[in-house]
Amino acid sequence: MLSFVQPNIDYHALAPELVLVGALLLILLVDLVFEDRARWATSSLAGLGLLAALIPIITLAVNGHDRSMFGGAYVVDNFALVMKAVFLLAGYVVVLMSTDYIGEGDYYEGEYYFMLLSSLFGMLIMASARDLISIFIALETLSIPAYLLAGWRKRDLKGNEASLKYYLLGVFASAVMLYGMSLIFGVTGSTVLTDIRDGLGSGESVPIITVGILFVVIGFAFKVSAVPFHTWAPDTYEGAPTPITAFLSVASKAAGFVALLELVFIAFEGHEEVWKPLFWILAAITMTVGNLIALRQTNVVRMLAYSSVAQAGYMLAPFAIAGDLSGGNVGAIKAVVTYLIIYAAMNLGAFAVVIAVARKTRSAELSSFGGLFEYAPGLAVLLAAFVFALAGIPPLGGWYAKLAILNVLIDASTPWATVLAVVVAVNSVIALFYYASVAREMLMRPVADGDRTPVTIPASLAASIGLCAVSTIAIGVAPNLIARFSDLAHFVS
Amino acid sequence: MDVGASWYLVLAAMIFAIGALGLMVRRNPLVMFMCIELMLNAVNLTFVTFSRELNDIGGQVIVFFVLVVAAAEVTVGLGIIVAILRRRPGITADDVSALKG
Repeated sequence: MLSFVQPNIDYHALAPELVLVGALLLILLVDLVFEDRARWATSSLAGLGLLAALIPIITLAVNGHDRSMFGGAYVVDNFALVMKAVFLLAGYVVVLMSTDYIGEGDYYEGEYYFMLLSSLFGMLIMASARDLISIFIALETLSIPAYLLAGWRKRDLKGNEASLKYYLLGVFASAVMLYGMSLIFGVTGSTVLTDIRDGLGSGESVPIITVGILFVVIGFAFKVSAVPFHTWAPDTYEGAPTPITAFLSVASKAAGFVALLELVFIAFEGHEEVWKPLFWILAAITMTVGNLIALRQTNVVRMLAYSSVAQAGYMLAPFAIAGDLSGGNVGAIKAVVTYLIIYAAMNLGAFAVVIAVARKTRSAELSSFGGLFEYAPGLAVLLAAFVFALAGIPPLGGWYAKLAILNVLIDASTPWATVLAVVVAVNSVIALFYYASVAREMLMRPVADGDRTPVTIPASLAASIGLCAVSTIAIGVAPNLIARFSDLAHFVS
Repeated sequence: MDVGASWYLVLAAMIFAIGALGLMVRRNPLVMFMCIELMLNAVNLTFVTFSRELNDIGGQVIVFFVLVVAAAEVTVGLGIIVAILRRRPGITADDVSALKG
């Protein structure tokens, strides 16, 4: 008779997740018990909960040694800690952006923050997941609340459409990914990523392995909105509440990349011949198509949506050169993590300014930004700073991100990597056109409707803009700040 | 006739293909949901078959996770559909096109 053996649970390693779950349950309880009287408190609770979850991350980082639980399915290493901190900070900025947006609109407040924190909880798990089941559960935990958040404006048909499109394609993608996982499980007989790497190495049943890897990668290509699986992104981004658009384009995309890094660089290592060409094609067409369509957008949110599709293309590029680097795949992982961190700061900042301007103009059309410099010079300069950072112009953060990507592409020194580096460079030039068109609109065009009343910015929104601006500029001026963190970010395995 | 594991795998692949095709071709949101369920159940069948072949209970444990997640997904999906149908009765997926992709 088998007796029950209690699994080894390291509560210190799980503390960030536990704090977050505590915060989201507290929000639900406050919303339930105090109803309308304390609904204003839910956003503060969400923000405090996210900051409180950062404390155990810092203590774990100071403590320093890697922790592994549940037979290697859940690992807390430096990569996981860096990504968890990014998710929590991005979530905190989104809460700051949402506070007045959600408070003033006709929205459910308590449930909104509950959903937001649930989604972030899934992302924290994703950063630690080293097993097919935990990756799947993390993906669903972060996606299902996001489907609802995308349709939070439920009396608005655009909001409904955003939610439906995101839902249908998201569920389709997870079904495709699961089928790929089932084939990989069938070949290797394991769900733990390191065992899968050993199991796949034997080199049998090549067609099934190929199909399995392709399906899993395609499933996550939907999540990171890589072309041709990006069709949901612009519609969902436009129809969703703008803070959620920022959340999806930064945190949700980062979670997709975290999963791809884990799967590709741990489990599928040794089968580069299957996924390297796939990533090469995905990266090249994602950045090109994203940038070309962004050129003809007249709505700033849609333009930023296509820009975020193109940015995903840059981040996919290091996957296409794995195995060609002299120092191993660590360089490629570092480049992706560096780009993700910097992209989070500048993209969140751009959306925060768009929210601030739309408070007055009630529109995200490019023309409504006309003459912004005349009546709100501060916002205009900040928005220009964020879009030029996205374009990769020094001394703003984005240049270092682009440099990190180009560096690994050139280090790889294979013909294909060099071609991809050229594609990245050409795309950066194309992207400059539409990023500059925003700046031109704000500086040179007449004020829309002649309305020059100044824009009022609530304190929390100003704080979110300030946080993003400080980090974007600080990273650009002193890139060593970020290099220290991304240097840590490699897997233990 | 001997029915081996490969029969189940082929059947699962066919069900998965029917689901995927149906999702792309059909335009009624409820039928699209049913197609997603077909795809997820094809995944379950594959997991159970491999689990039996490999004599590894792990595959069957995954099926429980997939079932629970599928239930949660359908709940959310039906909620979204109800929100849309309240605004516009008799809608199909093609009609939901205020935003141009």
